[in-house]
Formats: sequence, structure tokens, C-alpha cells
Amino acid sequence: MIPGAFVYHRPVSVADAVGLLARFGDDARPLAGGHSLIPMMKLRMAAPAHLVDLAAIGDLRGIREDGGAIVIGANVTQAELIRSELLASRLPILRETSLQIADPQVRSKGTIGGNVANGDPGNDMPALMQCLDAGFVLTGPKGERTVAAREFYHGPFMTALGSGEMLTAVRIPARPAGHGYAYEKLKRKVGDYATAAAAVVLTIAGGRVVTASIALTNVAPTPLFAADASKIVAGSALDAETLKRAAAAAKAIADPATDGRGTAEYRREMTGVMVARALAKAAARAKGA
Amino acid sequence: MADTDTMAVSLTVNGKRVQRFVEPRMLLIHFLREDLGLTGAHIGCETSHCGACTVEIDGQSVKACTMFAVQADGATINTVESLANADGTLHALQEGFRQMHGLQCGYCTPGMLMRAKVLLAENPDPTEDEIRMGISGNLCRCTGYQNIVKAIQYAAARLNGRVLQEAAQ
Repeated sequence: MIPGAFVYHRPVSVADAVGLLARFGDDARPLAGGHSLIPMMKLRMAAPAHLVDLAAIGDLRGIREDGGAIVIGANVTQAELIRSELLASRLPILRETSLQIADPQVRSKGTIGGNVANGDPGNDMPALMQCLDAGFVLTGPKGERTVAAREFYHGPFMTALGSGEMLTAVRIPARPAGHGYAYEKLKRKVGDYATAAAAVVLTIAGGRVVTASIALTNVAPTPLFAADASKIVAGSALDAETLKRAAAAAKAIADPATDGRGTAEYRREMTGVMVARALAKAAARAKGA
Repeated sequence: MADTDTMAVSLTVNGKRVQRFVEPRMLLIHFLREDLGLTGAHIGCETSHCGACTVEIDGQSVKACTMFAVQADGATINTVESLANADGTLHALQEGFRQMHGLQCGYCTPGMLMRAKVLLAENPDPTEDEIRMGISGNLCRCTGYQNIVKAIQYAAARLNGRVLQEAAQ
């Protein structure tokens, strides 16, 4: 399997990369970890005439705190997310989710920017970013703008990214210490996309849930922020009845396809199971229960 | 620039400086095997699932079938050919795979060895579970993995100055 021929570019600044992407338009693709794009190029399902490798752009690296947010450069790999002590203490759900993506070799190359910007509904980070209410920093010929993860996905591989625009960072509002979290992913084997998966973050005080946020992976053409399910959980004591109602609300917005992972009916049912499990695990981890 | 133009790449492979001109679309695994004659890393699935092509790049495990050679410009790469000691004696991992019968057909072995090398560098004393998750990106269709896990445990013990109990018996 040999990809089609292309011209390789290796810009060292975001401005140069945006210039190349704007100049070549639909004939160009940005290359980050390459573990979605290169397999597609080998199958000739993608045949860009120009590849713009982002690896040499220092501004796309690094994880830092910026005011009330954690900012992660687009080129930070999943292996780096797993190793980050800042994330381990402030946003441990990123490590938990990253460890469920693919396998160690793929995580050496796969980046957070590629995972969220590609628009593949099978990817795990998009729903997590919706759960955390992250913003995606996009840079294009007209400058920089931030689009909420909850507004970014329009359909399979269709996103808010405009022509000549690239994702440079994700900004995640910091969560209070002691928040509960869980990413529950049902999959057939290591490296598989989710049959269904749910991301949950919540805070608890005096035995009641104060804030709750739930999002779903791979059960619709886009990741889904489960607004109704989140509202049902907020303010509750997370009793069995609430878990059941939240799971039902999540199932109601799921629209999975029948595929090798199971029938649509099964995958919708598993959506509810993943939500209930993630809520229970997040609550058990939260301080203030 | 015509799209078939070659580009210069300069990298370090198994301790030696290498400079070549490559087509941008040449995959790293083909560069290693065909241009450099290093046929230790294998081509298995070609879809980044099986791990037979795993090499060490700048201290990390990477599947060489899912990377272009031009992306490796400036990198330091080690393949399975670098594993044995300079005097020809085996690396602890190679010894472990031989002692614990960690291979049958041998097709996955170069990838397993190079993955295990980085795994032990990151985690010198892994649990059995950590070994199994650590090699979860490498498929073996012969062994059922049991003896590969034991081989890596053997090497970990050796590198930590111990003797794996089962191997000692």
C-alpha cells in the first residue's frame, strides 16, 4: 500500500503553515501524528497534493496553565498527555481517556489536535472536550478565533474549520480540585473505536451533585453533549432513579449505526450503560460525597 | 517543484549517520528495509494494527509503516539490528525470548523486542498486567502471548540483577 505522490512542506511557524494551507486550499492537508491521514492515503481514500507537516512548529507544543484554563498545544501527543503531571493533578480524565485510545505506539504519534480536528465520530477526545466545555483555538488567514467544542462538529469529518484554517490549541476551563470524573468506553479489543462511550465530570457537595456534564462518543454522526442528561443529574443525590433517568435521556439523543460493533439497538442500550457507569465512578471519585 | 522530486533526509540509524534522497511518499518502513537494507523490522498488516514494523524513534515506540521517511529527518532511530551487544552476545530481551520460548514463527518478534525495549526503559519493573498493556499494539498469532510475557519478565529480572524464578528452575 503506497500513498499517492505529494509535495512535503515542513513549516516552522503557524503563520507559514496557514499560508501554505490557504495557498493550496483543498489540495493541502495538515499532517500531525498522521495515524488517521496516512492510512487513508495508503488506501488512496485521501490523496492530497500537498502535505503540511506541523511537527517543526514549536508553538503547537506544550501544556500550560493560563488564567483559569489549561491550554494544550495541538501537537501534544497522547503519550505526552498521559505523562503530564499538570494534567494528572488538574484534569486526570485526559489521562484516563488517552490510555483508552489505540495502543502505545499509536499514542507516541497521535496528537490531541488531530484527534479533535479530524471530525471522526469514532475519536474519543471530541466528546471529552464537549464534556469539559473546551474551546478550540483556530488560526487562519483572517486571524485567530475560538470555537466551542460543543459547536465545532457538523457531521462526520465535517467541522467548523474553514478553508486555510488550522487548529492550534485547545483551551479547557480548569475544574475545581476534588471533582469527580470518568471516561467509560465499551470496545471489543485494544485499539478499537467505542461501541459506546461516555465522559462525565461532576462536583459534589453535602452528598448532592452540584454540577454535572456528560458527553457521548461514537453513537451518532458527531460527538454529543448530553445536555438533558447533565441537567437531570445536577442537583440530585445520584440515587438509582436518577441514574436510570440520566441514562434514558442519553439514550434518547443517541443515533448509532448498526456496524461490526453491534446493532443500533444494542449500541443505544450500551450508551445508557456507559453513562450510568461513568456517573457512578465519577461520584465515587468526587470529594464531598 | 514536481511532485516526484526527492528530498534530502539526514538521520541516525543504529548509531550511524545516514543521508539519503527519498520521495516524500516513501514510508519509513520501506526506507529502512529497501534503502538501508535493514530488514529486521517487518511489514505485517500495513494498517498500523499489528506492530511488526515497530522501531524506536527518539526513545519512543513507533510503527514505521505509518510514518513517512521525510518525517524522520533529524531523528535517532534504533531497529532490532541494534539490539545485540557489540561483542555479539544477546541483549537480555533476546535471551529472554530464547529461554522462555517467546517466539514460534518469529514474524512479530522484531517488533515485540523493540517495543519491549522501550517499555522496560520507561518502566524497568513492570507487572504482568503492565507488560500485557505495554505490548497491546503488537499482535502475535502463534504464542498466545504467555511466553512473550514471560520473556519480557525474564529480561526485566536480568536487567534488574535478578533471576526469573521460573527460568531458574
